[in-house]
Amino acid sequence: MIKVLFFAQLKDVLGTGQLEIDEPINDVAALRRTLQARGELWSEYLSAQRALVAVNQTIAHEDTRIGPNDEVAFFPPVTGG
Amino acid sequence: MNEHENRTLSQQQALRYCRQILLPGFDLDGQEALLNARVLQIGVGGLGCAAAQYLVASGIGNLTLVDDDTVALTNLQRQILHTEQDLGKLKCESAKQSLTSLNSDVDIQIHTVRMSEPELEQAVAANDIVLDCTDNLETRNLLNTVCWKNQKALISGAAIRMEGQISSFVPQHHTPCYQCLSRFFGEQNLSCVESGIMSPVVGIIGAMQALEAIKLLTGFGEPLTAKVLLFDAIRSEWQTFALQKDPQCPVCGTENGH
Repeated sequence: MIKVLFFAQLKDVLGTGQLEIDEPINDVAALRRTLQARGELWSEYLSAQRALVAVNQTIAHEDTRIGPNDEVAFFPPVTGG
Repeated sequence: MNEHENRTLSQQQALRYCRQILLPGFDLDGQEALLNARVLQIGVGGLGCAAAQYLVASGIGNLTLVDDDTVALTNLQRQILHTEQDLGKLKCESAKQSLTSLNSDVDIQIHTVRMSEPELEQAVAANDIVLDCTDNLETRNLLNTVCWKNQKALISGAAIRMEGQISSFVPQHHTPCYQCLSRFFGEQNLSCVESGIMSPVVGIIGAMQALEAIKLLTGFGEPLTAKVLLFDAIRSEWQTFALQKDPQCPVCGTENGH
């Protein structure tokens, strides 16, 4: 079971801060696709363009492997000021 | 940290900064390091106003501000060095006036036209540390490249909506660089103009940048290197994520001979 967390704006937009995924998933890209299939907002806000990912609190790329019991966090990049 | 003459604290300065000098581990040495420090700050908007205010109040010796923008009414909600009387003035000039009344001891230089890349190189090389208080990805990436090339620490702050982000990049510590983080950012490059920003959020991040600068200049405490701190102002929560060096990074990557 993979624990998925959403932070900051994503938590508000998706209406949830945490969920669990039971399906077998190999990497970040696959998890992203699975979550994006949940609906229009999910698809838009969890795209690689709009959401950064951390696996077990370390910022990860699309090929980063994910295994059972991993914690995967999605959060938006910030560049304004 | 620089080739300029080493100043020692006067009695008056030691009194003025005694609440900092009292901090165990900071001491007179820390305060003197600040007095001799040269800080380059790019941007005098929301982040920059907060950062510069604390840098100057805390007794930094020399501060160079770079911004070509002028003060608009919509800036006043969060850019706290500019007043109603400053509308239409250059932000650098307005900020310098406020900062000088806060601490006339600090040598403040201003640069009010957009810097060319060679000018930016020169400014970075002449300072000990650089604060990125800009509002766009392109400038942030350029600043990172120039800082890395000149082996200068870069403190990057960003804020939008109800969110903030801060991280320090220190070439001498072989940390990841800003590009190791920004390579994950998509094309979207939202600014506070279209997305909005809550006033204190940008101030909190700017104040954190000043704190990071003080830490890195004095060796006091632990800086935010190889990690990214994310602030969720809706819930008043902070998250820390570790950031790894990208071996193929065009700026700092080990596979590129850096």
